[in-house]
Amino acid sequence: MNYWNEFTKGIWKKNPILIIGIGMCPTLAVSTSVSNALWMTLAATFVLVCSNILVSLARGITPSHIRIPVFIIIIAAFVTIVELVLKAYQEAVYDALGIFIPLIVVNCIILGRAEEYASKNNVVASTLDGLGMGLGFGFTLTVLAFFREILGANKLFGYTLIPGMEPSSAMILAPGAFFTLAIMLGMMNWINSRK
Amino acid sequence: MEIKVLFTILLTTILINNYVLSQILGLCPFLGVSKKLDSAIGMGLAVIFVMTLASFITFIIYKYVLIPFNIEYLRTITFILVIAALVQLVEMMIEKFSPALYNALGIFLPLITTNCAVLGVAVLNINSGFVTADLGILKSVVQGFGGGVGFTLALLLMAGIRERLELAPIHKNLIGLPITFITAGLMALAFLGFSGMKI
Repeated sequence: MNYWNEFTKGIWKKNPILIIGIGMCPTLAVSTSVSNALWMTLAATFVLVCSNILVSLARGITPSHIRIPVFIIIIAAFVTIVELVLKAYQEAVYDALGIFIPLIVVNCIILGRAEEYASKNNVVASTLDGLGMGLGFGFTLTVLAFFREILGANKLFGYTLIPGMEPSSAMILAPGAFFTLAIMLGMMNWINSRK
Repeated sequence: MEIKVLFTILLTTILINNYVLSQILGLCPFLGVSKKLDSAIGMGLAVIFVMTLASFITFIIYKYVLIPFNIEYLRTITFILVIAALVQLVEMMIEKFSPALYNALGIFLPLITTNCAVLGVAVLNINSGFVTADLGILKSVVQGFGGGVGFTLALLLMAGIRERLELAPIHKNLIGLPITFITAGLMALAFLGFSGMKI
């Protein structure tokens, strides 16, 4: 098994959002600013890697007909850890991400990787898979947030870019999220069809 | 007066804070099941049922189990387990009463568990402060029901449009998900109009 491939496949070839098309809700809802996107990436990647490790360790002893509830409890436990840590040390982030922190539990990427990959592969491969998928998720999220923050709030990392310019507020709201992702998906189809 | 408050909550969750088009919750089934109008109706009804029931049960558990024992931090784990059990129940019911619908919904039926709108409404009910409000239980059930109806509304509109999009000439790089997202964006723009409504 080529560990390098296991790591990199999540970033482009099997990018969870752009290619597989899962995990849309946090992607669209949290990408209102780059710092939100980075915190969300950190939180989701932590949960993804930890749950992949634990699921992989427990793959021999989990009876197959109750595996989904077991996975969900493992994921929910790590999400609770993230929730409590953020609330204790980064309250501004906790408030900004709001209900999307508990909603990491139902992020299809995490359950999807547990079911499809970690329950069938060893610990090292599962860790790398989780890291790669987390990075792929974070990459898409950050690019999305970059354009939405510039166009929708006239800011980048919280600093105003062009003083006095009125930003287009629709870009920071739901429509902007849908349009930006549509353009990204279209661009990706274009790049892949040129090869 | 309570009727007026409940009606406001209902209208707000259906139109102004539509869970799909304004809060961006529950996108996976919204994209996955909106290809055919028939399965969209079935999915919508199942989600309304699960969301209403989930609001009711999670509220009771939070108020009468988690708070008295001071274990509110177990909220996420408890809620997701309740929802998973509920979805299993609905799945068995649909399989028994309507095998055709069961086959049409396919993989998306068990995936209601991971529909963020369902867990979202359970968490939002708590965050809205309904736990300490009077008639809080009624308010959270109405919010759950309204959320489900709003989801179904968006799903049906999308399914109707996508059935026509099948026949439309679209640039080859935009076929599939991209054009669906553009459609969803236009619908979300239209729904932004409701946010100016005062009720």
